Amino acid sequence: MQTFLEFEKPIAELEGKIEELRHLTDAGDLNIADEVGKLQAKVEKLLQTTYAKLTPAQKVQVARHPNRPHALNYISALVTDFTPLAGDRAFAEDGAIIGGLGRFRGRSVVVIGQEKGHDTETRVKHNFGMAKPEGYRKAQRLMDLAARFHLPVVTLVDTAGAYPGVGAEERGQAEAIARSIERCLRLPVPIVSVVIGEGGSGGAIAVAAADRVLMLEHAVYSVISPEGCASILWRDPQMAQDAAVALRMTAQDLKQLGVIDQIVSEPMGGAHRSPADTMTAVADRVQAALDDLRALDPAELKARRRQKFLDMGAHGLGA
Amino acid sequence: MNWLTNFVRPKIRALYTRKDVPDNLWHKCPSCEAMIFHRDLEEHLHVCQHCGHHMRLDPPRRLAMLFDDGAYQTIELPKVLVDPLKFRDTKRYTDRLKEAQSKTGRADAIMVAHGSMGGLPVVVAAFDFGFMGGSMGMAVGEGLVAAAKLAVLQEAPLIVVPASGGARMQEGILSLMQMPRTVIAVEQVKEAGLPYVVILTDPTTGGVTASFAMLGDVHIAEPGAQIGFAGQRVIEGTVRETLPEGFQRSEYLFDHGMVDMVVHRKALRTTLVRILDLLRRPLPTAEIVRLPHRGEADGPVAAVPAAEGSETRAGAGAPER
Repeated sequence: MQTFLEFEKPIAELEGKIEELRHLTDAGDLNIADEVGKLQAKVEKLLQTTYAKLTPAQKVQVARHPNRPHALNYISALVTDFTPLAGDRAFAEDGAIIGGLGRFRGRSVVVIGQEKGHDTETRVKHNFGMAKPEGYRKAQRLMDLAARFHLPVVTLVDTAGAYPGVGAEERGQAEAIARSIERCLRLPVPIVSVVIGEGGSGGAIAVAAADRVLMLEHAVYSVISPEGCASILWRDPQMAQDAAVALRMTAQDLKQLGVIDQIVSEPMGGAHRSPADTMTAVADRVQAALDDLRALDPAELKARRRQKFLDMGAHGLGA
Repeated sequence: MNWLTNFVRPKIRALYTRKDVPDNLWHKCPSCEAMIFHRDLEEHLHVCQHCGHHMRLDPPRRLAMLFDDGAYQTIELPKVLVDPLKFRDTKRYTDRLKEAQSKTGRADAIMVAHGSMGGLPVVVAAFDFGFMGGSMGMAVGEGLVAAAKLAVLQEAPLIVVPASGGARMQEGILSLMQMPRTVIAVEQVKEAGLPYVVILTDPTTGGVTASFAMLGDVHIAEPGAQIGFAGQRVIEGTVRETLPEGFQRSEYLFDHGMVDMVVHRKALRTTLVRILDLLRRPLPTAEIVRLPHRGEADGPVAAVPAAEGSETRAGAGAPER
């Protein structure tokens, strides 16, 4: 069952029509092929025009689309011999962050991904992709492992943010995120991050202080959700659309600001229309980035990573 | 006549009668609501003498209470891009900035100073909660990077005193990027083998806690300070239960292993001096000519190489204010 977003209504209607016509064709009337072809062309054109000029608020919806490929989809499609590792060795296992060892296009890597889940059961299991301190501590542990065995790290970012809860605070949510950023920056091995959906504030940067930060065309990445920003600054959650614009959270803005390194194009109509193509495109870019970084020795790698972040923000949107 | 009696006369009167009583002589404690005379307030370092509530301190007061004899030199904050996102909510960000600047007389929410503490050179970066909630944008991040550089240059320990609501929303993602940037800053201090101490004050929350503020070699918290990641209202909204008494307060963080000690403001300076002395002068001074006297925060006289630029102070350490 496909989910359509509010602004995709006209597309949904057309596709509905095509579906109906196809049923008729099945019934024996063969003259409709032409009509179906025309409608199909219309759908594609509509998709193209709609997705060419998505507003930031619409991008937020696309980034959160339930059919969008999630971290586990990427892992099962791209990583062979995946061996999940669990637990922070201190308090608990956190399903919001999945990670482990695996082979990505032949080479051993450590993968760390934020998983939102795709139905009620899995969403609860993964806590809607909102990690607790133990999740970030697990990520740290995995990064240490990568460092010890000289394996590159690939992280997949997709979270509304770190989990805001009593227990999370008790166990030091802030400390866990801080340490996680520190671990990213200290890594003597290459680390490549991909913002595949939502890059939610501290919860995202915890695993995204990377040598290369890639971002899908319609993903978003921000210091706060537009809803949160609107209710704090406008004192009205209804202003989320304005906040989404003001926050400059789209891949295109972030590229301009120098916060991300590369935009990975999505197939027409967004990643949720053809997950397989999206994942292949991401994999190609990740591989290219890893190939690039492989030549650098640990000190050089770390120095460049630092310099990249230290230089950030010097040029604003004009860069 | 009405115009004369009702409008003109009071105006003239207002010109001649001066206000005799300044309105800021008495302060109300935000916790116990007791009235405190302004001199008592200064004398007690803005701690309520009735209930012990630690009020927020502006950076000049904070720096004065930490350095020897209250003497320090501030450094100018590096210039950064102003309003990189051309952000506007109900007000223009540039207007908010100007307002905060004229209110506080500071360029942004941080002050960086160097001087001596117990005779040792130190660099202190203090946040100004009065400046847009002490929020961390590019200027604050740059201030911390500069503070770290200065510390490394002077081979001085870095002490940071956060008081902040978190990242500054008006600078969007670039505020978020101050998290890794400040982490790099304190890493550089640590790599130089220098101590990095955080004094967590009320409030330290959000992206500030989740970056440099939780990475200190030593974490000291002021009593009753709110320290956490998510705001209390956000948590209450999420979990739909009221939060326990003392949630996210210094003492609670101490119980949960996040801070090394909770120290009363009056004892803060002595505690810091002691810690820095232990870390920076690891060799016993006893072998050198005279015996150390109790209560003296003396530097080593010879033999032990003092950190460059530090003046070994003769006589007793600065008296506590």
